[in-house]
Order: sequence, then structure tokens, then C-alpha cells
Amino acid sequence: MPNAESLSVAIIGSGGAGALTAGNMLLEAACAAGWHGLMTRTVGPQIRGGEAAALIRLATHPIDCMADRFDLMIGIDWLNANRFGAEIEVAASSLIVSDPRGGDLPTVVTRAGARVVELPLKEMAKEIPGGRPNMIALGIAARLLGLGEEPLIRVITKQLASKGQGAIDASCAGLKAGFAAAANLDFGVTLASPKPSTAKRWLVSGNETTGLGAIRGGVRFAAAYPITPASEILEWLAPNLAKVGGSLFQAEDELAAINMIIGASYGGTPALTATSGPGLSLMIEALGLATAAEVPIVVIDVMRAGPSTGIPTKSEQADLNIAVYGLHGDAPHLVVAPQSVSDCLFTTQWAVYLAEALQTSAIVLSDQFVGQAVAAIDRPADVAFIGQRARATEIAGTYQRYAIAAGGVSPMAIPGTRGGQYTADGLTHNERGTPTSSENDHSRQLDKRRSKLDSFAYGDHWATIEGDGDLAVITWGSLTGAVREAIDRLRHSGMNLRLIAPRLLLPIQPERLKAALAGVKRALVVEQSHGAQFHRYLRAHYDLPSDVRVLNRPGPLPIRPSEIVEAIMGWRT
Amino acid sequence: MSSIEPRLACKPADYKSNVNPIWCPGCGDYHVLMSFTRAFAQLGLAPENTVVVSGIGCSSRIPAYTNCYGFHGVHGRSLALATGLKVSRPDLTVVVASGDGDGYSIGGNHFLHACRRNIDMTYVVMDNRVYGMTKGQPSPTTEPDFDTALSPGGTGLSPFHPLVIALASGANFVARAFSGEPNETANILVEAIKHPGFSFVEILSPCVTFRPDERDWKSQVHPAPVGPTSDPAKAARRIMTDDGFNIGILYRGARAPYRPKIANATVDLAELEKDFEL
Repeated sequence: MPNAESLSVAIIGSGGAGALTAGNMLLEAACAAGWHGLMTRTVGPQIRGGEAAALIRLATHPIDCMADRFDLMIGIDWLNANRFGAEIEVAASSLIVSDPRGGDLPTVVTRAGARVVELPLKEMAKEIPGGRPNMIALGIAARLLGLGEEPLIRVITKQLASKGQGAIDASCAGLKAGFAAAANLDFGVTLASPKPSTAKRWLVSGNETTGLGAIRGGVRFAAAYPITPASEILEWLAPNLAKVGGSLFQAEDELAAINMIIGASYGGTPALTATSGPGLSLMIEALGLATAAEVPIVVIDVMRAGPSTGIPTKSEQADLNIAVYGLHGDAPHLVVAPQSVSDCLFTTQWAVYLAEALQTSAIVLSDQFVGQAVAAIDRPADVAFIGQRARATEIAGTYQRYAIAAGGVSPMAIPGTRGGQYTADGLTHNERGTPTSSENDHSRQLDKRRSKLDSFAYGDHWATIEGDGDLAVITWGSLTGAVREAIDRLRHSGMNLRLIAPRLLLPIQPERLKAALAGVKRALVVEQSHGAQFHRYLRAHYDLPSDVRVLNRPGPLPIRPSEIVEAIMGWRT
Repeated sequence: MSSIEPRLACKPADYKSNVNPIWCPGCGDYHVLMSFTRAFAQLGLAPENTVVVSGIGCSSRIPAYTNCYGFHGVHGRSLALATGLKVSRPDLTVVVASGDGDGYSIGGNHFLHACRRNIDMTYVVMDNRVYGMTKGQPSPTTEPDFDTALSPGGTGLSPFHPLVIALASGANFVARAFSGEPNETANILVEAIKHPGFSFVEILSPCVTFRPDERDWKSQVHPAPVGPTSDPAKAARRIMTDDGFNIGILYRGARAPYRPKIANATVDLAELEKDFEL
């Protein structure tokens, strides 16, 4: 049977059918056995009883995006599958395992003409005391992909430990029934063996790596207001901040959350909050305060489809405008964007470091895809970015909190420091911090805040730049993985392309992008925004080649590598 | 208040900065500032361990006029900012200053939750029943028939009753003061700062520019006929039935204040990634 370097499987069922549980087990078992993997979930707004699908991609190599289509799809039932049909693309070569009593096949399957095999999953489960069809689906998927029973039994035993031996036995029996049923199925392909590796492996979501990055960067206070899809960051931080001598406090709303972190940071504790678009909108006024009063804070925005309530459970890259331009007045601040589950750790840690070093506010633009995706990754390398704020400790004479200093950063006195008393203020102030409406103080302090950001050395972390072709694909955030995969495919067919993905979106880096674009004749901009916000941002701030095309689409449908390949192949000079 | 040992022999003048207030001549807030500095001196607070936090409005200008640490933030959010500060730095004495627009209108939700949480801080609202900084619009405590450009003929709305709301929401100390009696106000502030948990002091502070009628408050205020109670039901009845000019400490609760759960680090940072390992 031919080997594939990467295979994708979707396990589908209405909420409560256990599709996500089966998906989690498959991912963990495969990754424990050495494969790389990525799992996203598609769920509706209902807490229980809506549609649910576990979308899993396994590969022999690191992956940061989902594949173009699913090779295998197992439907425990199809009751609500048409609601997300566009997200579960299949091909004629795909194998569909369907319970004949699970309802009509979704149109995405019939339209593709995929091979359908009917198996009575629910009936099979009934023959097992306490059996559930999702474990049978798990067994089928595992067998067809080429996994053994052992790693799955280990995962079942671990994940169901709290439910008792009966639940474990029933699940293992279901798993074996699935394995047996799959023996007669012709999938036609199997997953190539994983490459041997000694790297330490993590199975994590981007929201979890974001939390770890925050703590590693020095955050010791978080204020929390729950919102999908950012809550997991806060829920990870709550117990873990406590372990390292910090704390998390639940706010009454997002307005309070951001003001709480400003208060904590003013008191000397590096602080963060996490939210999504609607919450970021509420936080914008106080982001301006932190910028004007020069109090370092970090706000994570796990972007979801907007505007307004939009689609809370699904991804989009359309908060770029509000993050970059949302603040009133001239308010230079930091905007950074992680590019993968693994990079959420680095980028968040870096954001804390930058905010503390530059005494300003930082927005981290994560998104639902990268935040809620669970990935098996090699443990990211440690980096030395730990927030260190310039502090005024020995104070002689009248303390000038906002002294105009070389580099723009002025040492900050923390309450408790004798002689350092000052009033932090959102009003235009002079060097002492006293409110003023003088033109001179206003422009000098605006210059100060601008210059500290502009003169800072951000290093090579400002962007991911790979390859040196004269056609560049410019993208950002979580789409970086799909673009890289498209470029890799085209490289195999002899095309040399350049990937440019800025991690630092504010302050802009015109000289560095100019250098990155040296020799580029054509550029394709790829982004998940209906209004092509990233393209407009690039146009506003950077010199682009004369020949530019844009591949943009709103969420929630991910932009797949094949679409990027097609956009490039179809662009003949 | 702060757990740090106070410095002795402090004079009110030690707590005053050299920044000149922007308030109108005759504004009640000058006397509130005087009460602040007298109370701080009476308590011997170390200015470097004391933070005055405020929002936006005439009264919210007060932090910079003290010699303490200060934060003059955005409109209505002073309590939230002070909460983040106090729970992460329980060693500091935190006094929050606000007005009737800042505290009861735009900041109303934070007021409820600050009372509910009962964090050890003192909330001072200088109530002049008008938006002064924006030139005379009605606030939540303005009388229904007060005629303004924004509300010709009056709002027709019943005023908000901040003391009862504070009590119902869980404030641990409720008092009413009058700016024209700075010694009495300072004494109330001393008690408020010393009392554990969330202390709420409403100071009637006339706006002589937009509410010249409030000059009469001087003759209307009177000491509360009875001392403070620790029974919230009794306190609520008294506050709801008084004439609004009872001055003094009206309620002293015994609810345990919120204690931030900040433990010493128990694990090395490297331990945190253990949960992620396959």
C-alpha cells in the first residue's frame, strides 16, 4: 500500500456523540507514536447538542496548517454536517465511512463523488456493554491510518482514568471492534512511518503556549473576562500564575479587565489580559491611556469572525485595522502576531519583553485557528526575552517621570519608591507628569513616545523571511503555515518563491521590508479578511512591487495551501 | 490601609504637591483636598506607599495635588484600575477619588463590583450633582427638575441613591461627609482608611459655578442623629428615610475583606511545561 507523508481525517457527529473525544485520542496516540499532528474542531454556538467535528491532520513532518481535503471521513451521524460542509472538503479518492442510520450524507460528499462505505457504528456499539460509537470510529480511523492498538489503549487508559475501569474496558472493546471492522476496508493508502527523533514533544494548543509565553516573559498578573475563543488562555493562566507567585483576577467586564492590568503594571507587576474582537473594542480607550501614561501592558486578541458577535467559534484575520488604527490620537504602540501554535509562545513572550522595555501597550493578534488548534510540536527552543522595565530607584531632586531621555524610555518609579511620587496621567503632561495644554509639551511627549518605538532594535524576529525568488508571497499570522506549505510544493516543482510574514506589525519597519523585497518583481498578498485589511496596511506603509495580487477571503473557511498554489500557478507573466 | 509602618510627625502640608488646582474659586473640592492631607497626616501615611487613583472630572484632578503616588486614568474606571493595583500590591494604601458622573454614571458597574468584592481600599466620591467639567449637565444624582441645556425643564428622573446601593452591594463602611467641614471630613476619612475592606465616603462638595444653590448645603447639613450601626438593614432604613444631609459614619460592617491570593512561587518556571509533554 502506498505511503503518504500526510493524511487527514474528520470524525463527525452531532454534539454529544463524542467526535471530539475520539479526535483528541487519535491525535495524542499518533503523536505519542512519533507523528506530527494538528487538530481543529468545528463546533456550532450551542454548548451541547450542536454540530461537532474533529478535524485531524497527521504527518511525518511538522505541520502548521490543515490539508486541502480530508482523505478519510467518519460520520457517526450527519445530522448537522451540512452546516459546516464547506470546511470538510473531500475528493473522489476520499473514503467516507457512514452509519446508514446517521442521516443523509452531506452534499460535500455526494458532490465530490467520494467512495462511501456503510458501517452500522451505533449498532456495533450497542453490542458492547457501555459501548459508544465514537470509540468504534476511533478504531476504524486508527487502523486505516496505520496506527497500532497499543498507543490508543494507552491513551484511553490515561484519558478515562477518572471514569473508572468499566469505561476504559468499554472504550477499548469499541476500539477493537473498530479495528476489526476496518480490516475489510480498502483505504488505499497508509501513513508513512514517523521519522525517528529525540526531540522532546509537546501536545498543546496555541492558547496554552500563549499562556506559557506570557509567564516566561514575566507576566505575574492577569485580569480576565471570559470570551470565546480566548478563555483557555485565562483558564490556563489562573492555576499556573498562582504557582509562580502571580495571580489572576476576574473582572466585571473588559473595561475593568484592561484598567486592572494598567493598575497592576503601574504597581510594578507585568500584566496581561486576553480577549477577542468585541472585548478589544471595549479596551481600546484604555490602551490609549497605557500608551500615554507609558504603562506597559499586553493584550492578547484571539481573533474570531466579526464584526459584532460574528462567529465566535471560528477564525478570521479582520482585527488588524482596529489593532493598528483603533486608538484615538497619535498613539504609537506595539502590534505583533504569532504564526503557529509553537510561535504563540515566542511571540507572546517577546510581546511582554517589548512592552516592558518600551513602557507601552502591546496587542498580540492571535486567532481562533492557532489559538484553539491542538498540535503535536517539537518543544520550542528557549529564548532569553524576559521583560525588564527601566526603573527609577535612587531619586535625587524632583522626579521627572516623563523626562526626555535618549532612546525615549524614561525610568519608571514604582509605588513604594521614596521620592518617586508622581501622577500617571492620560492628560497631556510635561516631563514631571503634570497636566499641561502647551503645544510644546504635547509635541515633545508625542516625539518621546514615537522615538522610543522607532529607535528600538527589534532584531530578525520582526518577520519570517524564507527563500529568494522574485515572486514573494506576503502574509501574516496563522496563515503563514499554509503559505509555507504552498511554497514548498511549488519548490518541488522547480519554482523559487519568497515567503515574507511580518511578526511585528507595529511599529512599521519600512527599511527592513524594503530589504526583504529586494529583487522581488511580483507579490501575492494572502490574508483572511473580507476587506483585505492586510493588503491595505501594506499599501499604506510600504513600497510594494508594481505587480501585486491579493488572495483574500473572510473566515471561517481556512485558506488552503492548494488555493495559494493555484493563485500562483494561474498568475502567468 | 497599608500594612507598612507609618512615618510619624507628618504635617498636612507634607502631603500637598506644588501643582495648582484648576478648580473654580469657591469649589468644594479645595476643602476635600484639605481633608485628604489632614487625614493622611493624622494617619502618618508614607506618601510613597499611598496611591490616589481617579477617573475624569473636576474631582478626579485631585491625585496630582497630593504628594502621594497618583493615577489619573480614563473616565469611570478608577475603581477597576485601583483594584488591579491593590490586589497585586496589597502593601499599598489605596484611596480612589471620583465624582457623581465618573463614579455613578459611566463607572456605575465598577462601583457595584467594588462594593461586592470588599477589597481593602477607600472610595471617595465628591458629589456635586452636576457635570462640572463639561459645564453643567445633569448627573445621576441631579434632582429631576434641575433645568440644563441638555435637559430643558429637568430630566424628570429620580436621582440615584449611592449610599443605599453601596450598602446593598456589600460595601463595608458607608459614610456621608460635607466638604465645608474639613476637620469632620478628615476624621471620617481616617476611619474609612483604617476600616478593613471597601470603605465608601460620599462627600457633598458644592459646585458653586453650575449649582450656586448648593451654597445652601452649609445650612442644611447636620450630624447624623445616631452613631454608625453594624446592621446593614438598619443602616439601609436610616439612609433611605433621612433627608440626605445626615453627616457622619452611617455603617461599619464586619465582612471579611477580600484577601488577594498571592502565594510565593512554589514551582520553577521550567515545571510549567510538564503538562504539555507527551
